[in-house]
Amino acid sequence: MPKIEIESEYCKSCLFCVEACPKKVIGTTSAVNSKGYQYAVAINPDACVGCAICATVCPDAAIEVYK
Amino acid sequence: MEKIYSRPIGLKKSINGYCPGCLHSAAGKLIMSVLEEFDLLERCTQVDGVGCSANNHTSMDVDSIGSPHGRPCAVASAVKRISPETVVYTYQGDGDLASIGLAETMMAANRGDNITVFFINNANYGMTGGQMAPTTLMDMKTSTTPYGRHAQEHGYPMHMCEVLNALTAPSYIARVTCIDAANVRKARAAVKEAFQHQLDGKGFSFVEFVSNCPTNWGLSPIESLKFIKEKMLPEYPLGEFRNR
Ligand SMILES: Cc1ncc(C[n+]2csc(CCOP(=O)(O)OP(=O)(O)O)c2C)c(N)n1
Repeated sequence: MPKIEIESEYCKSCLFCVEACPKKVIGTTSAVNSKGYQYAVAINPDACVGCAICATVCPDAAIEVYK
Repeated sequence: MEKIYSRPIGLKKSINGYCPGCLHSAAGKLIMSVLEEFDLLERCTQVDGVGCSANNHTSMDVDSIGSPHGRPCAVASAVKRISPETVVYTYQGDGDLASIGLAETMMAANRGDNITVFFINNANYGMTGGQMAPTTLMDMKTSTTPYGRHAQEHGYPMHMCEVLNALTAPSYIARVTCIDAANVRKARAAVKEAFQHQLDGKGFSFVEFVSNCPTNWGLSPIESLKFIKEKMLPEYPLGEFRNR
């Protein structure tokens, strides 16, 4: 099953991935990283189709995709 | 399970210095990913301008030179002449490339130096607090144009691709943006093409990234992408201006 891995320490919570994901896999929670950013989380991982759009738009290269 | 998208190895394993949502990061990521694909990470030299681009020193694992403000093209020309086998590229903001360093940019382009230039157009001087740049849009408020940019006082936005396209020597000129996945893929193709021109010895290659500055524009990252789409792109049309 396709999946994404988000390196929370690289994430700055720009939310580009949240906006771009066609399957609404990604969101944020109350959790923050060491810089205080509410990092992106795969809140709905089962819906992931491995299209890699989130990783493509992530400016901080925080997302890796497996298929 | 196979990894189909990975972080470029040229990026250090730490958070970079750019603001949230800044597309400087996106441009740097694409450059690193293309250098990795071409196996050039060990034989390239990056020349950074002064401005937010100086953040690259802390986030990219390649040889780099910090040039005086505006002079990356001159420094890169020198490196390329001394060491022709090195792949040399500059990474510059609009204040750096189009304002204080305009002469060096034009001269390197006019000589057709075999270097690649990446130009990050965010319509202001990002690092110093958002002053007006030559690329600032009409009526756009900046810290030095609090009532907006007006033609009589400040002139008009400068289109560097079009200006360079008036010269004979450059071999590749393109304008791209990283506002969505489709455009990121096109931008990556342009970066690849630009490096290919240098590898083929064709001369000056130039890629402009129409970029954002959420912090100084006073917009959220997502709003800044919308601003690019609605306000920047009509002024700075995307496309390949030259490829020969
Ligand atoms: C000779 C000189 N003049 C002025 C400065 C101050 N200064 C530092 S960064 C900068 C503007 C950079 O703007 P830009 O090239 O658009 O890059 P950005 O930060 O927007 O990416 C200026 C004017 C300097 N460092 N050196």
